[in-house]
Amino acid sequence: MIKISKLIHDYIKRDDEGNAAGTVRAIDGVDLQVEPGMFIAVLGHNGSGKSTLAKHLNALLFPTEGEVWVDGLDTREEKNLWEIRREAGMVFQNPDNQIIAQVVEEDVGFGPENIGVPTQEIWKRVEESLKAVGMYEYRKKSPNRLSGGQKQRVSIAGVIAMEPKCIIMDEPTAMLDPNGRKEVIKAAMKLNREKGITVILITHYMEEAINADKIFVMDKGKLAMQGTPKEIFSQVEKMKELNLDVPEVTLLAHELRKGGLDIPADILTKEELADALLGKAQSDPAGGSNGDQS
Amino acid sequence: MAIKVDDISYLYERDTAMQVRALDHVSVEIPDNQFIGLIGHTGSGKSTFVQTLNGLLKVTEGHIYYNGEDIDGEKFDKKKLRSDVGLVFQYPEHQLFEVDVLSDVCYGPKNLGMSDEEAKKVALEALESVKMPKALYKSSPFDLSGGQKRRAAIAGVLAMKPRMLILDEPTAGLDPRGRDEILGLIAEMKRALNMTIILVSHSMDDVARYVDRIMVMGGGKLLYDDEPVKVFRHVRELEELGLSAPQVTYIMTLLKERGLDVNTDVLNVKDAAAEILAHRRELHV
Repeated sequence: MIKISKLIHDYIKRDDEGNAAGTVRAIDGVDLQVEPGMFIAVLGHNGSGKSTLAKHLNALLFPTEGEVWVDGLDTREEKNLWEIRREAGMVFQNPDNQIIAQVVEEDVGFGPENIGVPTQEIWKRVEESLKAVGMYEYRKKSPNRLSGGQKQRVSIAGVIAMEPKCIIMDEPTAMLDPNGRKEVIKAAMKLNREKGITVILITHYMEEAINADKIFVMDKGKLAMQGTPKEIFSQVEKMKELNLDVPEVTLLAHELRKGGLDIPADILTKEELADALLGKAQSDPAGGSNGDQS
Repeated sequence: MAIKVDDISYLYERDTAMQVRALDHVSVEIPDNQFIGLIGHTGSGKSTFVQTLNGLLKVTEGHIYYNGEDIDGEKFDKKKLRSDVGLVFQYPEHQLFEVDVLSDVCYGPKNLGMSDEEAKKVALEALESVKMPKALYKSSPFDLSGGQKRRAAIAGVLAMKPRMLILDEPTAGLDPRGRDEILGLIAEMKRALNMTIILVSHSMDDVARYVDRIMVMGGGKLLYDDEPVKVFRHVRELEELGLSAPQVTYIMTLLKERGLDVNTDVLNVKDAAAEILAHRRELHV
């Protein structure tokens, strides 16, 4: 679906008069590949280059060096732009900046209408997209009266209505409350599992990444780690060095291991921890001599 | 200084078909030098509530007393209230506008009528309190990182020498390190300046670690008002409000359900680990 090789991106820094005054390297030699249908999470602290990376995936930015291919299309070719942007839809952080119409269903239909989809077809897409994110019953409502999570789901519906193969979500939950966050992540998961849409989720919330097929960790413009959630989060010390968190339960397991308990390092859910501590069907032979501690 | 909130209500679009009761008979006392977490989901009334506290919104019913004086009384000095009760809005960095960081922080105090000299003095103190690197004082606020911008914005409110500081979602949109930095900074400011702090948040994990007291709002009402461990005993009810308890509370609750007799009143990973290790003989490890 996506193939990036030796990607470099330099931003041009400008002084007060708008003259170029040096460059800042936001992406520094990234190679990565995303298979179709995957759910990918991208982690990294602020300024690590992850949003810049996201903007390359739907040709909002172009490589300074290296290449980005989206579904076999080279982003450096100008004639590919519209097709790339249709195939790789983008959802941004602030839902209020992405909603333009007075009525939910009109907002969702805006994209398809813009690319000349026939009216009948537009309404069909609007209906399907709103159902896919669980917002169909709000189709006649004004977006202003929706919660943040609902608005964000409308934004996602607007992207799905373009029938993309891939959705890139740049911190879609950063401005939402816990409920809104759950709604949005659930909607993204559902699109991925049921419609086979490739999802690339950029997030600061580690809990949102634990169900991903693969995690990419960015640091200083480079791809610092990649692997399954278990492979990534079990490296607690490494993640801390990169100024990132691991899920609380993984951190707790890590502390317990430091305290001498022989449990796996790659625990991601509280159920896994309970099984490891209290035994499920079979319990592993107790490891070593357990010193007592008050 | 103390604030006494006596049975207040606030109605938006009053006497129209759209009337919404955003605050519904709230009574509470806020003493000096306390660190309070104010929790509620979007639309619970928490933002409305904090805006009534410094007089930005006038309550529809009820009274708010500041040091015993009714803030809607005729002789009451609202300007003083607004400088005493500092309010840091969500995404405060959107309100930065001056040519450099120091001028931006000077803006508030100057507006309060301080001379350039005085304003500069309090601004420098405020920048020090938020640990802004000195090298950045003359930088444009727009060249700062996200966390630095937010600290500059907090300094702008601190420079007005508030005695109570209300921060609305101060960590929204920051990465984990930025979150820890800002929260750590707020806790430190609280200790150094002996202020009352109200931290408005929907993240229990953030709040649990720092505050002395948690107030939970829902549907315009104050539903819980207690020390953190006691509030988190209401996990189910919090969930119904669209909130959640800290992660470790869930973990400990599950372990207890699975038969391990642990104390579930823990708020952080360290305490949770100590509690589990204290029961290591009962574990199948």
